[in-house]
Amino acid sequence: MSTSAERLEFRNVATVRELAQRLEDLTDRPMAVMHVCGSHEQAIARFGLRAVFPKDLDVIMGPGCPVCVTDLPEVDEAVVLARQGVHIASYGDMLRVPGTVQSLTDAQSDGAKIHVVYSPRQAVDLAREMPDEQVVFFASGFETTAVATAAVIVDPDLPDNFSVLSAHKYIPPVMEIVAEMPQTRVEGFLAAGHAATITGWGIFEKFVERHKLPVVVAGFEPADILAGLVELVTLVRDRTPRVVNTFPRCVTKEGNLPAQRELWRVFRTIGGQWRGIAHIPNGNLRLRDEWAHVDARERFPIDLTTLWDYAPPRLAADCICGDIMSGIASPNDCKLFGNACVPDTPVGACMVSTEGTCRIWQQYGGRPNLGNVAPPPPAARGGVA
Amino acid sequence: MSITSTLERRVSMKHGGGGRAMRSLIGDVFARGFAEPKNGTGLAAMDDGATIKINDRQWLVVTTDSHVIQPLFFPGGDIGRLSVSGTVNDLAMMGATEAAGLTCSVIIEDGFSIEMLERIHESMVATCIEAGTTIVTGDTKVMGRGEIDGIVINTSGVAVTKRVVRDNGLRAGDVIIVTGTIGDHGMAIMAARHNLGLDGDLHSDVAPINSLIAAALNDDVVAMKDPTRGGVASALNEMATKSNVGIIVDEPFVPILDSVRAASEIIGIDPLQVANEGKALLGVHPHSAQAVLTALRAHPLGRNAAIIGRCISEYTGSVILDTGYGRRLLVESDGEPLPRIC
Repeated sequence: MSTSAERLEFRNVATVRELAQRLEDLTDRPMAVMHVCGSHEQAIARFGLRAVFPKDLDVIMGPGCPVCVTDLPEVDEAVVLARQGVHIASYGDMLRVPGTVQSLTDAQSDGAKIHVVYSPRQAVDLAREMPDEQVVFFASGFETTAVATAAVIVDPDLPDNFSVLSAHKYIPPVMEIVAEMPQTRVEGFLAAGHAATITGWGIFEKFVERHKLPVVVAGFEPADILAGLVELVTLVRDRTPRVVNTFPRCVTKEGNLPAQRELWRVFRTIGGQWRGIAHIPNGNLRLRDEWAHVDARERFPIDLTTLWDYAPPRLAADCICGDIMSGIASPNDCKLFGNACVPDTPVGACMVSTEGTCRIWQQYGGRPNLGNVAPPPPAARGGVA
Repeated sequence: MSITSTLERRVSMKHGGGGRAMRSLIGDVFARGFAEPKNGTGLAAMDDGATIKINDRQWLVVTTDSHVIQPLFFPGGDIGRLSVSGTVNDLAMMGATEAAGLTCSVIIEDGFSIEMLERIHESMVATCIEAGTTIVTGDTKVMGRGEIDGIVINTSGVAVTKRVVRDNGLRAGDVIIVTGTIGDHGMAIMAARHNLGLDGDLHSDVAPINSLIAAALNDDVVAMKDPTRGGVASALNEMATKSNVGIIVDEPFVPILDSVRAASEIIGIDPLQVANEGKALLGVHPHSAQAVLTALRAHPLGRNAAIIGRCISEYTGSVILDTGYGRRLLVESDGEPLPRIC
């Protein structure tokens, strides 16, 4: 059965193999590049691309998972709200993120009212269905998803019992932090195509100027990722740091201006801790004062000290998520990985989200070298239409 | 509300996901202290059913399954059809394709609509006729409002077979066949449950497949499992572990409906990790693979059957997915998959 997916040019197997060969030929010395997007890691893992990356090319997953970098106190705020009897609506990934004491899933086992939603709009619908209850949308994601949150906040018909607890993050500042880390081996960045759809690729020009590191904007299909890496490795080899957009079917230099206007009309940046990474100046998105009436932090008293009677998880001290998200270490360097820290009982945030490096390595097998498995003999495929 | 869940051992939703968590709960709690049947296989095997040898030529196969599902009526089926199909299929997976009879125990919440109960009953009758079996005994309990979510249906089944097929019989070189498109049930339920607005083209595949299995079964079919909860990923991992082989799956050959693939791409859930309720995975000796495939495809429920993989002697206990672009492990999901953020 041939499927629509295989008919897409970006999933053409021959094209992908050809690009993989070009990448192999170009990578003539050990190199490290970083992508800063969970969706890139997801696609790399999902399509098994690490098995065809050149041995000398280290493609590091940076702090690109918004769920993973959600900090303990942000989860705690949601847990405290939930324990006050407020309905919390959030994306599925957020439910298992460990807080200081509990995740939202734990709170749910204790009777808290937690709802999985797929969009901010669904959270608003939930509030409409329960006019006598308070519904808080625990919002996470980068500027891409923040635009969707902004779109419901500016809706004049928003029900009174709906508010937003923003854990949204802004990606450009964290790239600066990673580029300036003294131990960094990163020689170039693969930027996220979907975020750039909003911000435009022009936003990276100043970064390139400051750090003399190339940035390539890439999409998420197998051919997109390999084409992006071919371009990036070429720029690294040629020592020609500049921004190249390999995702022109979606990304322009200016980006989506109406979406940017909506984003900045609702949100402002403030500095804040990204879990395991560092304090990121301007890294967090919070609601502007004119939207205080929709801001859960303004509407409810949130006293985090109510959680302090309970002991925090004991293993957290050994967790190296921060080093992993900074590209300094890989999951294999962590003694908890695959032992004490598994998707069932995650210790660190990277094991929680489906976009987290550790979770993805665990889920799709970052460990065994699968490049050596012999291809199936043609006979084994006989008779398949 | 007190905080206890992080401090003491508790059952959580993941223990019902059909994966590792559930098997460890069965192993750690339920299977302890029960002796294996003298002639046959019991709880410890954690197969689709138990077998007890009756005489030199015949085995009794017993299986039981409780069914809870929200919504009770979903595109392509309902809890009634599911509860009959689930048990008939578990028997078939042991090689017992003629279910002699089923039992049916229902636990109902106070206030449940009798009209709805009648619709569920009608569906069970129709599915029994389709499967060539009947319900021979049952039990009814009612619980207070809020003490149970609507209705729980348990069915058990018995059958006699001359040849038992287990889920641990794979050998290096054997071919893996799937009897049709995968992910249909899980994606239809997920779309309905999370109001994703994608349900138009998604229909559960819930069906009794005992006649399909009977049409294809021969002595070269050495292992079978139905990829229900946890999906193909969970079923193949279990088969690989129990059989002590590695399995390579050729993803481009895995039959997936376009609508299911589209929904899975949108919500970020792998169709290989969601439930099927009318499909089976067969491990077949290579020289019979074509014959089995032809027999399956001749049956209305097996038209999309395909060879999707093969067993190897390396990477024992693991399932490797060849995506066509590269390779990765196909691992079991932990707990119920949740739609992801972007």
